[in-house]
Amino acid sequence: MQETIQRQARKVLVGDHAVAEAVKLARTQVISAYPITPQTLIVERLAEMVDNKEINAKFIRVESEFAALASVYGASAGGARAFTATSSHGLFYMYEMLWWAAASRLPLVMAVVTRSLGPPWNIHDEHTDIMAIRDSGWIIGMAQNVQEALDMTLAAYKITEDSRVLLPVAVGLDGFILSHTAEVLEVPSQEVVDGWLPPRDPHIPYVIEPGGEPITMGNMVKSDAHHMLLKKMMDEAMDGAKNVIHDVFASYAKLTGRNNGDLIECVNCQNSDYVAVATGAWSGDIMKAVSDLREEGYNVGFLRIRFLRPFPEEAIMDVASRARGIIVFDRDYSTGLGGIIAAEMMGLVPQSVSFKGVIAGLAGVDVTPSEVKAAIKDFIDDAERNGPIRIRKTWLMQKMEGGKP
Amino acid sequence: MSIRIDQLPRDKFIMPGTAACPGCPLLIGLRQVMMALNGKMSLVIPAGCSSVIPGMSPATSYGVPTIHVPFASSPAVASGLVSAVRMRGNNGPVVVWAGDGASSDIGFAALSGAAARNEDLIYILADNEAYMNTGIQASGTTPWMAWTTTSPNGKTEERKEMALIMLMHKIPYVATASIAYPLDFIAKVRKASQIRGFKFIHLYAPCPPGLKFDDSYTVKIAQLAVETGIWVLWEYNQGKLTISPPSAMYKDKSKRKPLSEYMKLQGRFSKVGEDAMKIYEAKIDAYWNTILKLSELYK
Ligand SMILES: Cc1ncc(C[n+]2csc(CCOP(=O)(O)OP(=O)(O)O)c2C)c(N)n1
Ligand code: SF4
Repeated sequence: MQETIQRQARKVLVGDHAVAEAVKLARTQVISAYPITPQTLIVERLAEMVDNKEINAKFIRVESEFAALASVYGASAGGARAFTATSSHGLFYMYEMLWWAAASRLPLVMAVVTRSLGPPWNIHDEHTDIMAIRDSGWIIGMAQNVQEALDMTLAAYKITEDSRVLLPVAVGLDGFILSHTAEVLEVPSQEVVDGWLPPRDPHIPYVIEPGGEPITMGNMVKSDAHHMLLKKMMDEAMDGAKNVIHDVFASYAKLTGRNNGDLIECVNCQNSDYVAVATGAWSGDIMKAVSDLREEGYNVGFLRIRFLRPFPEEAIMDVASRARGIIVFDRDYSTGLGGIIAAEMMGLVPQSVSFKGVIAGLAGVDVTPSEVKAAIKDFIDDAERNGPIRIRKTWLMQKMEGGKP
Repeated sequence: MSIRIDQLPRDKFIMPGTAACPGCPLLIGLRQVMMALNGKMSLVIPAGCSSVIPGMSPATSYGVPTIHVPFASSPAVASGLVSAVRMRGNNGPVVVWAGDGASSDIGFAALSGAAARNEDLIYILADNEAYMNTGIQASGTTPWMAWTTTSPNGKTEERKEMALIMLMHKIPYVATASIAYPLDFIAKVRKASQIRGFKFIHLYAPCPPGLKFDDSYTVKIAQLAVETGIWVLWEYNQGKLTISPPSAMYKDKSKRKPLSEYMKLQGRFSKVGEDAMKIYEAKIDAYWNTILKLSELYK
């Protein structure tokens, strides 16, 4: 493998096309997906690549998302490198297969272009869809920009196929904000990717093929304790994935010069009194608010969650133990609980540290850096005056005319 | 293609000690599939009795590479699996072995999709005419008037004619078969394995507890289904539709055994009285008519 930074092509791509580019560079062999806005550009681009023979892959034009995931799962069981992509209602239509695929311990990569859930029909961005698969056994990453959507998709193949992991990987990118927005990005060459990501070994972990070894996958289990053990092994693989994710991005960085961190990206998060937390594309706006506040003298940093699973527990505890306050921005919610990241993090933040969860930007509602800035400022001022304060759930949203929505 | 029973492989493709009920038709049918292909295939099996029959992991009694998959997913999983193994240079048959519920109800869209794409699969619908694994509930192929736990007074709707539905997918091969006619069935599976594209075989597999008959009668019931004409063995092969030899003589209605001989052995038809029996016979005639007309169309 080359150890020096390699020349890359500079391109202008929207997020969906960047993902398709990564799927091509990874020499994916079987692709199956069903159209849903805002993921459609991925499917269309990949179908085009297959038809034009830009990529030597089979495209299975399925009749549903359930079949899309089922067929790439079958392809993985048959020894191929496989990919699918979906969004929102499509992801939910896959739900049963998501769990089956993960517990089968087969490598798979899926892009999830985040979108809100109806009713009412709404194609705009929200993270609740990808959050809903967090218990299923998938590794879940969230990209911040188009460059990272490409890098993370490529990395996903190396992570999922690592014999210490063998769990499927979902790469999230925000609907429209990334999927349909063109950015300049750097694309590694095919030779560089080939050197870094060798073809999949079809026998890891196992292959089901005509005339092959007569193994069986998935029949009933003799003892429930054995089934429970398999769950524990999945959990251990998730833990092991933390190191693998670190190694994969480190080796990728050697070739590309890009490394945005491991499970988290930390921007002054370890030496600041206050830390804002978020995931996905709006992290850029939140970072902008944070840096404005720093200029105004506030001692505040930013922690971006890159991977929701495995959950960056250690990194969060480390940051929280040094801070005076943590404020979490969730573009997602669990009805009856609140922001999901806030809920998952709060227990890791010591009682002596102030904590606030903010739900914002649901259903594609635009959140400006100045709104974020005001929310962080309020929190810090409140915590300094009255701290420690502990508020898991607040809603940041516009007042509707007439008082009622 | 003539087949002699003494030339069939004698290997034990299914190990003894399965979890199947006595007289299970699926075990008979699956064994015939494995004999037909000499065990050189891979199996994709959705939820159903056939996911329980092989017994408990880490052991299994199925001696061929097998993947058990969610109830609605088998045609789609198999589409991906066959794509992968073909790319890797393996041309062996990938066989979906699915129940009637999996095929005619919950997995219907996936089956239709895989057939419309003409995936290179052999799809065998092993039809015991109800959801047996969950305790005998009515499915899309449960026949009219049949008792099940969800049709306690007899099913009020018609069954779906799955083979005819699949025929209209314009796939190269569609056939019906019966576990009581192994040579016919094995010949069909072998023929299917020589054809590229989607092959659909609808296998009649009567289940003793589900249909409520004595477990020594499995083969007899399947035979009676053909002899009374309620199950017609036919084959569509790349443009040509023919009545298969075991059913050929029953084109002539007078050669058919009385339907009551088939029905009276099955508790599920206990509500079928004389009037209903007449309506039933008319339905059988209508089905034969359709098949015979199709055989003229697809000459
Ligand atoms: C999504 C889903 N719904 C329901 C079930 C429960 N279930 C398991 S097997 C089965 C019936 C299978 O019937 P059929 O396909 O006719 O096969 P058979 O058992 O009769 O061989 C059902 C309803 C399931 N496994 N998955
Ligand atoms: S219920 Fe019927 S099909 Fe199922 S295992 Fe028993 S005999 Fe076989």
